[in-house]
Amino acid sequence: MKRTSLYQNHVAAGARIVPFAGWEMPVQCGSILDEVRAVRQSAGIFDVSHMGQVRVLGAGSLSAVQRLFTNNAAALTPGRAQYSLMCQPDGGILDDLIVYRWDDGAAEPDYLIVVNASNRETDYAWMVEHSCGEDCTLADLSDDFALLAVQGPQAVGIVQGLAPAADLAGIPAFSHAAATLIDGTPVHVARTGYTGEDGFEIFCAWDAAPAVWDSVVAAGAAPCGLGARDVLRIEACYPLYGHEINTSTVPYQAGLGWVVKPKKGDFIGRDAMLAARAAGLPRLRGLLPDDPRAIPREGAPVRHPDGDGTVTSGTFSPTLNRAIAMGYLPASAEGEATLPMRGREYAARIVDLPFYKRGS
Amino acid sequence: MNTPNELKYATTHEWVRLESDGTATLGITDFAQHELGDVVYLELPDEGRALIADEPFGTVESVKAVSDLVAPLNGEVVKVNTELVDAPEAINTDPYGCWMVVVKLDNPAEADALMSAEQYVAFTEEG
Repeated sequence: MKRTSLYQNHVAAGARIVPFAGWEMPVQCGSILDEVRAVRQSAGIFDVSHMGQVRVLGAGSLSAVQRLFTNNAAALTPGRAQYSLMCQPDGGILDDLIVYRWDDGAAEPDYLIVVNASNRETDYAWMVEHSCGEDCTLADLSDDFALLAVQGPQAVGIVQGLAPAADLAGIPAFSHAAATLIDGTPVHVARTGYTGEDGFEIFCAWDAAPAVWDSVVAAGAAPCGLGARDVLRIEACYPLYGHEINTSTVPYQAGLGWVVKPKKGDFIGRDAMLAARAAGLPRLRGLLPDDPRAIPREGAPVRHPDGDGTVTSGTFSPTLNRAIAMGYLPASAEGEATLPMRGREYAARIVDLPFYKRGS
Repeated sequence: MNTPNELKYATTHEWVRLESDGTATLGITDFAQHELGDVVYLELPDEGRALIADEPFGTVESVKAVSDLVAPLNGEVVKVNTELVDAPEAINTDPYGCWMVVVKLDNPAEADALMSAEQYVAFTEEG
């Protein structure tokens, strides 16, 4: 079992540690619901150092990235980032990831890819295998980078306060910049996240993370665990690999057609996912049980006259103060579904995603 | 962890308060609420339902986990805390104030087999 460099910070904060994707990670520091409220109302900090980072360098980098991923990386100017997907030839999703244009404006662009912790080894092997025809070099830098997510309406102010010399507040969404903190620590700050709130993800050297964490907490961010991160992402309806998306789902089913750019040219899985889209596969919907405390759990069946489905994630949302869930249902399914749970049948309304949108 | 001495405890983390009239009041322990985390859902049996020792009589759910409530004794439910069903989050702050059901015991002597506070603390520390 591996530990991030922030393990002692978590223990000191009284966090409950659980195994996750081969890592000992904090699931909660106190109450998951309080941590969610902190992120929605002020700010929270998450250790996501277990996530993988792959650097793509060399003249063929753009060509490799375009072939490996579904979004159009040619649109990335220096300092920009985009959400993207890596798919199999049959269109099934191997992982979701963020592609950062990492060079400062070089003639040959290069990229940093941030992938899920649970897939980092297989993703890296896939990327190496499927970019072998390109003039580029891949490096797994996962053990060099720590990654801290500071999220919430006060997150930008908190991080800006730690680096007054840089204009961090001026970094647009899905953009990033290098900065130096007051204590001299070099960091890379990206306006990205996985909570549905504004905020930053801070890349820093593995051993620099404990001091950065302490500074952010001292400035007012609540230490949060993976439990709150999961509730926040379900409220915002961000898919999680292994739940909403996996090798047997294609992007269009999960509402991720917006990151598939067939017009950019060929990429792995392109034709198969376009064919699957035309076939009208089940798609990801929201479910709101009539009983606001009846939480549909992952794997639970969903019954509907148009055909049955399955819950992929469910939780109690403190923001909506009710049970919420996502699940796959036939594309035509509308109105009400039935959830058989705990020996009873609960009615649930089928709704569009997301449950929570910032500013709404 | 809070473990009042006057209560009896089950290995499935219910507390039992034996009353002089042959009934028992049940809830879940401080250890249990801490392990569960934020409680968001509680399902309790109706009055009149028979409790069978070692069998589930209800459900308690937190944000992350679903857990059965397991009957520590045989008996019949004579009172249900329906207010707690509407606000189960109170279990996290006051697990021993949050009684769930009152049971008329078939045989109050069965309670002798339950753990004392001291034994329960040792049991939870064994992991």
